[in-house]
Amino acid sequence: MKLSRLAPLIGFVLLLLLFGFALRWNMHNDAREVKSPLIGKPAPSYSLPVFGDSSDRRYGSADLQGQPYLLNVFASWCFACREEHPLLMAERARLGVALIGLNYKDEPADAQRWLAQYGDPYDTVIVDYDGRAAIDFGVYGAPETFLVDGAGVVRYKRIGPITPAVLQNELLPAIAAAKGGR
Amino acid sequence: MRALILLLALTSALLSMPTLALDPLPFKDRAEEVRFQALARELRCLVCQNENLADSHAPLARDLRQQVFEQMQSGKTDEQIKIWLTDRYSDFVLYDPPLRGGTVLLWFGPLLALLIGAGIVTVIVRRRSRDVVLDNSPRNSTEEDWQ
Repeated sequence: MKLSRLAPLIGFVLLLLLFGFALRWNMHNDAREVKSPLIGKPAPSYSLPVFGDSSDRRYGSADLQGQPYLLNVFASWCFACREEHPLLMAERARLGVALIGLNYKDEPADAQRWLAQYGDPYDTVIVDYDGRAAIDFGVYGAPETFLVDGAGVVRYKRIGPITPAVLQNELLPAIAAAKGGR
Repeated sequence: MRALILLLALTSALLSMPTLALDPLPFKDRAEEVRFQALARELRCLVCQNENLADSHAPLARDLRQQVFEQMQSGKTDEQIKIWLTDRYSDFVLYDPPLRGGTVLLWFGPLLALLIGAGIVTVIVRRRSRDVVLDNSPRNSTEEDWQ
């Protein structure tokens, strides 16, 4: 048989491989994910009101200088945060670094109820009511989690809920690296 | 009276513009508004990623429009505002991304695809025209046989 007779079949098989590859790729990667330009750069400085604190106490990047920490952007209106929450509650001890909650564009009463109902895994919760600090961090969809090292450099970012696999394969190794790198 | 009607018609036309209805910002004049709308159309909404900042109803888009507006008021140029945004959200926010290392494929990918396609077509056409020449000679001879 002439090779040119096989050309459509070869083309079809190549297309099949391409589509199969794209399908597989999409299962493991989110095409909507925007790579953060902040990774490897100093985290933006911020100072925000402390959640549930009636005094005017503020807390922010200056207070966290010198220690690696996780900044977890969450909100009571955020459905995926609810999905992520049990993992933060259960694995809190394994993280080995401070966990700061950034309550993003949320009503204080709603956030209060949410944390009371599902538990509060955070060392400190700070309030970003108008979402400006979050914009400095390039947040576009909660939940998002940033790992900032002791020098104040962003080392890792997770967009979307932390899953057990992400915790094991990405977050914990990144935390270990951030702690060792000091 | 006629002037009044004209004025009313113009006002209603302005008010019915979709971008104005989104969130009225206190522009100081028409030129500033035009500049703002032009810039917002060049920026991508991060939440609904196929929409631009001017048309998006997402809360984040509203916040970003507010920031762009404020920075315009403080005298920043369009270029400075774009840099401010790309520092946070990467080149992805720009509908017209700059040509640099990571965007070479984005810029020249279509040209590459076109060249590959043109190459394939050329090869096929050449082969066919050669085949036609080969096919023709025996057929010509049979035609001669019939005569």
